[in-house]
Amino acid sequence: MAKILPRKDVVIMGLGWTGAILAQELTDAGLNVVAIERGPWRDTATDFNIGYMPDELRFAVRKELFLSPVQEAMTMRNSTSQMALPMRDYGSFLPGNGVGGAGVHWNGFVWRYFPSDFALKTQLTKRYGARRLSELQLEDWGLAYDEFEHCFDQFEYLTGTSGKAGNLNGQVIEGGNVFEGARNRDYPNPPLKMPYTSALFIEAAKNMGLHPFPAPAANLSKPYVNPLGVSMGQCTYCGYCERFGCANYSKATPQTTILPVLMKKKNFEARTESEVLKINLHPDGRTAKSVTYLDRAGQEFEQPGDIILLCGYGLMNVRMMLLSGIGHPYDPASGEGAVGRNYCYQTQGAGARLIFEGKHFNPFIGTGALSATIDDFNGDAFDHSKLDFVGGAGISCGSSNGRPIGYHPTPQGTPRWGSKWKKAVAETYQNTLGIGAQGSSYPVRGNYLDLDPTYKDRFGRPLLRVTFDFPDNDLRMANYMSDQLAKIGRSMNPKELTVSHAGKGWNSVPYQTTHNTGGAPMGANPKTSAVNRYLQSWDVSNLFVLGASAFQNNAGKNPTGTVGALAYWTAEAIRDRYLKQPGALVQT
Amino acid sequence: MRGALAALLLVAASSVAQAQDQVAAGRYQAILGDCQGCHTAPGGQPFAGGLVLETPFGNMTVPNVTQDRASGIGGWSEADFRRAVREGITPDGKRLYPAMPYPAYTRMSDADLASLWAYLKTVVPVHNAVEADHLRFPFNIRALMAGWDWLYFKPGRFAPAEGKSAAWNRGAYLVNGPGHCGACHTAKTFFGADGPAALTGASLQGWFAPEITGAKPRGVGGWSADDIVAYLKSGWNSHAVASGPMAEVVERSTSQMTDGDLEAVALYLKDQPAASEPVPTAVAGNDPAVAAGKVLYQNNCTACHGANGKGEALMFPPLAGNPVLLQSSAENLIRVVLAGAQAVSTQAAPTGPSMPSFAWKLNDAQLADLLTYVRNDWGNQAPPVGADMVAKVRASLKSGS
Repeated sequence: MAKILPRKDVVIMGLGWTGAILAQELTDAGLNVVAIERGPWRDTATDFNIGYMPDELRFAVRKELFLSPVQEAMTMRNSTSQMALPMRDYGSFLPGNGVGGAGVHWNGFVWRYFPSDFALKTQLTKRYGARRLSELQLEDWGLAYDEFEHCFDQFEYLTGTSGKAGNLNGQVIEGGNVFEGARNRDYPNPPLKMPYTSALFIEAAKNMGLHPFPAPAANLSKPYVNPLGVSMGQCTYCGYCERFGCANYSKATPQTTILPVLMKKKNFEARTESEVLKINLHPDGRTAKSVTYLDRAGQEFEQPGDIILLCGYGLMNVRMMLLSGIGHPYDPASGEGAVGRNYCYQTQGAGARLIFEGKHFNPFIGTGALSATIDDFNGDAFDHSKLDFVGGAGISCGSSNGRPIGYHPTPQGTPRWGSKWKKAVAETYQNTLGIGAQGSSYPVRGNYLDLDPTYKDRFGRPLLRVTFDFPDNDLRMANYMSDQLAKIGRSMNPKELTVSHAGKGWNSVPYQTTHNTGGAPMGANPKTSAVNRYLQSWDVSNLFVLGASAFQNNAGKNPTGTVGALAYWTAEAIRDRYLKQPGALVQT
Repeated sequence: MRGALAALLLVAASSVAQAQDQVAAGRYQAILGDCQGCHTAPGGQPFAGGLVLETPFGNMTVPNVTQDRASGIGGWSEADFRRAVREGITPDGKRLYPAMPYPAYTRMSDADLASLWAYLKTVVPVHNAVEADHLRFPFNIRALMAGWDWLYFKPGRFAPAEGKSAAWNRGAYLVNGPGHCGACHTAKTFFGADGPAALTGASLQGWFAPEITGAKPRGVGGWSADDIVAYLKSGWNSHAVASGPMAEVVERSTSQMTDGDLEAVALYLKDQPAASEPVPTAVAGNDPAVAAGKVLYQNNCTACHGANGKGEALMFPPLAGNPVLLQSSAENLIRVVLAGAQAVSTQAAPTGPSMPSFAWKLNDAQLADLLTYVRNDWGNQAPPVGADMVAKVRASLKSGS
């Protein structure tokens, strides 16, 4: 029997970015908040100790900070005709584990999606006609960029984002991202110092008439004190961002931006190493009553709450809804149902590698989001009327790490081991430059999430089943990007240029990106969205589902900026609307 | 009739307001005296005691001073309270040990103690019977304290110094009275009485409370009054950051003091005479320890504290010119590098960044070289640190004392 605990105003599942933001905002509003977190407590000095943090084997190869399949595994397949099998290790993407969530080990890109990304169906139909979109399952998000522009601003100032505005209140500024939506004010910190690789890329892009700019980074270019009064250090470009916790308080994480203030509050409590099993509904099925969780000793508790916030990683949020019988599961055969719908990923296959002679790129000088980017071929920033696809990619060149185990580029034809390999690595390490295209991922009917009919977790609950392959539209997009990369690469006159192409057959083993989106998409129509424009469940009105699970489509950008902005948007809706009149914020 | 009633009510209301004012003033006295620093155990109820204090004479457990009759001081009169605080004698005639800083509190005024008592009467009574003391013989014989008091205790209220400003005298009152700064910062004699060199630094409970006189650079003589106020208010200034026991003092006491009182403290401290010991000459840069320490510094420390030792505001304390590095004793430095430390978290500076532990990475000789280096670059001048000193602190940290 679960022990029933005293009621809380707000029960949060997961203490990562969205959980921490919601907890901070709602405790400020006077509510009593508890966060239940599956993983351990994590703290900079103890867990990201500068003495051992740059241990590539421990953290990057053995992936100490990540979710392990023992805790929660998933099954995967490429299409409904296959039988899904469990992933024995997380490879293609790496969900976080513990306080801070994936906000601990991220690189730090803080993008705003284009205004058109939030109304893709309307935008593309108007521009190219509905017929061009027939193979996709596009849907607007029900929320316009202008309505929550201030929420992007909040997240950028929380995280001390380093960047350069490209569109200040409609005024386009060269050197910033001229394709971005209008912003009310500039970034809180100036851009990071560009490395030599980026400098060469910027020069080449400019010569081609393109518009390079420094990518917005939550790796801090300067010491900074955020609006909560929490101070952060200047980034040292040590190159240990992705897969690592920052030992220098220089990468924005919940630890470095919110927790010092949040943890002092008397109306906040964090329960770590406690795993939520289920959200319990009231008999009418229209509101949530409580969550059931196990603490580290295996004792079962029921925590009642007036407002329940699902703040886990997007994939886990979807699974929790399905396990708790919330909403209508998506059915790819009929295209009906919203929970599990419009699962998207990121189209990563297009890349270019350039090898020069006599350079000193010093790739060990780097930081997670250190790069120059062009958005000339991203989203709908360019005309697709004569092209055979929609969507695009952010094209970037930078220096995020030159770590000894993971980074040893060699020219084509080099043996995979031995003295020739060693010699080639020694020659090539300082002379290699990569240009990547991070492509959009658009929803199709057959890509979705549901509960696996066969495989169960250690508590006997069905695993999440991921059914995904790269849609043809996205692969055509990626091939176009490979062509653009080739053009840019050739113009830089390398000794050797290698251009890679994306292909069919998503493989869950090699790492690609932890940008899994959708599954509980937001929108204006309950038939095609699981949550409304405030990320409130259409079916259970005191449940809000945060995170990238709310995306209807993924852009050619890292999702965290939009995730953070939506978290502030939801916090505002709860504070200013829901608390005044609890119930559905959008009438159906 | 109605008018008379209204007048009566007004009188009643104004006496209620007066009582409330007195309670608020008493709450502030408890902050000035940092009463909760000892009388509230970590995670315990306010003023309910139970914290174990380590002293050179053995461990002692702090009593419960809530109004609980059985386990607290609920049966005391105000006069009993005054006598205990100012003379170290409880109503049953028991003599307190000077871990209770009555030799400082004896300077407190009647009015301040009256308000403190009024406030304590409002604190929720908690039943918490604390264990007896565990002092070593002969210190466990309380009666001996009569002799100690006769020899060392100088009772008497604070007397303002003539020719000094009201602010200076307020500072003197706060530092030597309720603030009892000397309890840590003044070196003690063999018998635990204040030594002659007030506020020139002292070792206790595994930490070295640095000199806080007007000495330059070892004290606060090189700090502006604003620097001192900022340090006491937020835990930070451009020279140093509060960690260890001082972090607790800042958190519970000085960060909640009024700016006027902090300015008075600053004025008084800056005017206090320096220790008589001379500033040592710097260890030469070509000394093998300094040279080896510099390499260790570059490999382990520069990411935060910078190659120039300047640190970063509100994140990483500077090492250049930081008085903590320049004390005769390197105890704090050794301890902080071995065990790590967390900066205080205050409303003005909530971050509370931490220094990680390097005990697993640096051996005694390496840490000695490293500290000899940081104590002697960027204009710093301080005696070298020996591996034996590091070994001693390491052993004491391991034994948990």
